[in-house]
Amino acid sequence: MAETTQTSQGRTERVTHSLVRDVALPDGGGTLALVTLDNGLDHTKPSTLGPEGLAELTAALRALQQRAAAGEIVGVGVTGKPYFLAAGADLLGVGAVTSREQALELGRSGHTAYELLHTMGVPTFAFVNGLALGGGLEVALNCDYRSVASDAAALGLPETGLGLVPGWGGAYLVPRLVGIEKAVDVLLTRPAANKPFKPAEALEIGLVDELFEAADFLERSVDWAARVLRGEVTPARRELDPQPVWDAVVHATRERLDAVIHGSRPAPYRALDLLAGARTASREEAFAAEDEALADLIMSDEMRASVYAFQLTSSGKKPKGAPDKRLARPVTRVGIVGAGLMAAQIALLVSQRLGVPVVMRDLDTERVEKGLGFVRSTVDKLVARGRMKPEVGDRIVASVSGTTEITDLASCDVVIEAVTEVMGLKKKVFAELEEIVGEDTVLATNTSALSITEMAADLRHPERVVGIHFFNPVAQMPLVEVVNAEHTSDEALATAFAITKSLRKTAVLVADRPGFVVNRLLVLVMGKVVEAVENGTSVEVADTALAPLGFPMPTFELFDLVGPAVGLHVLTSLREDLGDRFPRSAGLEKIVADGTRVVLDAPGRGLPKPVDPAIQGVFGEALPAGTEGRAGTPVLDAAGVLDSVLTALTVEIGHMLDEQVVSDPSQIDLCMILGAGWGFHTGGITPYLDRTGYSERVLGRRLLPDGVANVPGGSA
Amino acid sequence: MTVAPQAPGTTRDPAPRALRDVVFVEGVRTPFGKAKADGLLAETRADDLVVKALRELLRRHPGLPLDRIDEVAIAATTQQGDQGLTLGRTVGLLAGLPHSVPGYAIDRMCAGAMTAVTTTASSIAVGASDVVVAGGVEHMGRHPMGLDADPNPRFLAEKLVDPAALNMGVTAENLHDKFPHLTKERADAYAVDTQAKYAKAVANGDIGPEIVPVAVRSTEQGWGLATADELPRPSTTVEGIAGLKTPFRPGGRVTAGNASPLTDGATVSLLAAGETADELGLPAAMRMVSYAFAGVPAEIMGYGPVPATDKALAKAGLSIDDIGLFEINEAFAVQVLSFLDHYGIADDDERVNRYGGAIAVGHPLASSGVRLMTQLARQFAQHPEVRYGITTMCVGLGQGGTVIWENPHHADYSGHVPATTEG
Repeated sequence: MAETTQTSQGRTERVTHSLVRDVALPDGGGTLALVTLDNGLDHTKPSTLGPEGLAELTAALRALQQRAAAGEIVGVGVTGKPYFLAAGADLLGVGAVTSREQALELGRSGHTAYELLHTMGVPTFAFVNGLALGGGLEVALNCDYRSVASDAAALGLPETGLGLVPGWGGAYLVPRLVGIEKAVDVLLTRPAANKPFKPAEALEIGLVDELFEAADFLERSVDWAARVLRGEVTPARRELDPQPVWDAVVHATRERLDAVIHGSRPAPYRALDLLAGARTASREEAFAAEDEALADLIMSDEMRASVYAFQLTSSGKKPKGAPDKRLARPVTRVGIVGAGLMAAQIALLVSQRLGVPVVMRDLDTERVEKGLGFVRSTVDKLVARGRMKPEVGDRIVASVSGTTEITDLASCDVVIEAVTEVMGLKKKVFAELEEIVGEDTVLATNTSALSITEMAADLRHPERVVGIHFFNPVAQMPLVEVVNAEHTSDEALATAFAITKSLRKTAVLVADRPGFVVNRLLVLVMGKVVEAVENGTSVEVADTALAPLGFPMPTFELFDLVGPAVGLHVLTSLREDLGDRFPRSAGLEKIVADGTRVVLDAPGRGLPKPVDPAIQGVFGEALPAGTEGRAGTPVLDAAGVLDSVLTALTVEIGHMLDEQVVSDPSQIDLCMILGAGWGFHTGGITPYLDRTGYSERVLGRRLLPDGVANVPGGSA
Repeated sequence: MTVAPQAPGTTRDPAPRALRDVVFVEGVRTPFGKAKADGLLAETRADDLVVKALRELLRRHPGLPLDRIDEVAIAATTQQGDQGLTLGRTVGLLAGLPHSVPGYAIDRMCAGAMTAVTTTASSIAVGASDVVVAGGVEHMGRHPMGLDADPNPRFLAEKLVDPAALNMGVTAENLHDKFPHLTKERADAYAVDTQAKYAKAVANGDIGPEIVPVAVRSTEQGWGLATADELPRPSTTVEGIAGLKTPFRPGGRVTAGNASPLTDGATVSLLAAGETADELGLPAAMRMVSYAFAGVPAEIMGYGPVPATDKALAKAGLSIDDIGLFEINEAFAVQVLSFLDHYGIADDDERVNRYGGAIAVGHPLASSGVRLMTQLARQFAQHPEVRYGITTMCVGLGQGGTVIWENPHHADYSGHVPATTEG
């Protein structure tokens, strides 16, 4: 049954079929036609909806419409293959559209199919048996009634996170079902947080009418449908929110969008526009507006970059350039040198995910106890919030031990050092370890800026040293940079990849160059912004100058999060290794020396923290843009700061590719998306530099081929 | 069994010494499907069949706190794959019963569910359990009879059992040999009658209330809902089946027309101590009077119900004349006829299999026993004039099992009655 069909765009569609079967309702209640969406593949390949699949659904629903008119059926149900209703539109197909006409047609074909669920002539039901995202959830939303299985993995409309809008009815139907306030949550807030709804949450806000346990979900759903058809049950429908409420929510949301994403990408605004109009627009008008929005967005570079980023992060589970995984050393015991915050976080995660004993070593009992205390208190917190089962918590606490004797690490298969970033200290730790550990024990370092090759240089077996660079907070950050130092063996590398995979992190293979990828670029950005301030740009202008990029936070908030001391340390270290491209800042040094806080509190929850204008004094007074600055160059305005940063990023990426820090530009993008939270709409960074012309101007070439992460030239 | 003396100084109440009444509360089942690749339940797991039936049974008795269930006994003949891993326990967990509720798997081939009932009923009688779940499942499509069986070579070497006795159809032919007056014509006539009685029972709503709809998936057709039995052939005629092949012997008498078909299906029932049923407001549909299992030569396994019934009647102090309703499993028509013939009951006696039998509905081996009880329970309600009924069935390798039940609706009902109406 599984098959693929060549589409008009020349790629193959994994067709989701619409299988129809009659179901006898209880007590002579008549016949319900049950449609199963099924791509004929197993649970590792979710059903998605492309042009062929939509055409099949349309044909199936038209046939049912005729049967309904003939009085043969009293209702229509839609469900999916096990674990999925449908995972959404076929995103790759959407990303392959080459003209606005095609894009418009894609939106319309979805509406054509789904509208049949509204005009069926008999009541329609969605039995949401599993994951329902995007166009998959919209199938359900277009039905008259919905039930959901207790084990459905996720329900949501992630479109705005992918540069799209829920354009197959979602933008019009959701606010009418759940109210405008919750609709903003469904269309904008949840996608931004990458947090779809759980079945119980979907029930609570009214996205679905009923929830049944998974064990006999379909049986209960059919029984419920029969009761609805008999009029015994009437699912509640809310009144439309009053216009003033509607307008107020839309207005507040628009202000929030401006404050958080600063117009850096169009999709959330288009979705909000659709929501704003959904109250008064007719169904036809609203759906036509959805079609237009979809067509515009599908033909936008932001959307194409988002699809590229989505694929990149999805395929990131299989690291590029990793050696044969069979070379990995079995890991039955892990040592951590250091018991500081980073070390304790790593210990906790390793214990949790690898399920092996972990021993943390530090110089004195007090530090060891502090590290163990962190593990215990974190576990307690997770258990108390219901995020971890008590027995798992007990196991973790029991399996993480502490010591002050380095010899207690002798039997570890892997030892990860996370001591202070001082080369001499790290070399000493490795030298001590080499005396006591087994022959093939892998020695890993969590250094963020030091040379691992140098760290291993004096060892008898430098080939066993590998970098495993975690990001803070370890539990939340999805990225790990696995560092291949000059002498690192394939065995050590394979072990590092095996560990990061077990830790459920995305690993990117990077060369042993200063700052690897994320810190090198992130600190460069901070350095260039501060450089502008040193020259005379006001801290406020500099702080928000990068807003058009849609970064997760303004620059000084990033400084605050990283810690100015750490930022300064890495900046200094990178300048020593890579030169003055990483500028010196006397002001920053003073801020660190004085321990000055650089930001004010956020004006509201989820809003950015603005720079504290008081720190202007540290850098000297702000000068008018265009005048000669303190460094002898013109003082930059916001656009100038942005240009300076983008130019520096392009130059740096050029160097990184020359130095072969990573295998190709996409790996830089993967790092910046997962390690720095740079947005899908920028595709990480290289698609943005390509589409804004920086790579051509600065490097004389594109970083990615035309069309990979943008609308190909000439076809728009 | 000896009772351990109570340890000195303890204040625990001793377990009750008197046997307690056991009542059959209710039984349900899945639709029975054809055990073929294109059968209704072909792609549905055996354990899921029991789970869905059990959940419906429990929904029908909301007054029963789930943690009051003391045992889940589920039978299957082939305890492998989706019928393996200690079904009673897996079914309990999958059905959402509390972890505190134990369970086990049980096997006596065709009498699996019947044995699940008698074994758990015994535990109720002695006070070890108050409420139990007993049932069975056989997905004969996924688990063909005898698959991977490894009979001990001594059976053959020492002629303990005729190898042919391992084939149930052959044992049915043997019964025809043994009782030549039980002709193929009588078997066919019986079979046609049972198809008609089944069809009438469905039309009257006598069969249906116990059927639990089961969602079924087909990779070719998508999801569907099994709501009715798949196998019955209501239009069967004597002429129509007269010429069917006799697969077990050239010129034989046993055909697909007068034997039960290979079947997928599950049954499950709820039993309780009489006093617990009162406490929880569970209805008593039948009271267990006695039960017995007995063996016969494996070559004529279909004759097993006769000695089993004799034994059960003796234990109950009853005679066959006291029995007003019979639910006998129809593995083969001749096997039913041999039972009726023994007791001098007419082939078409209306006390026997009033809703038709396994020749029509099918016989998913280890689950059939509870189907018989479920149907007898409904007949008791319809016939308060009948005081006693039996459920009986033959078992492969030469066994029979019989349970005698008393009708609580009868005027002289002797069993436990609710405390409020006592004296």
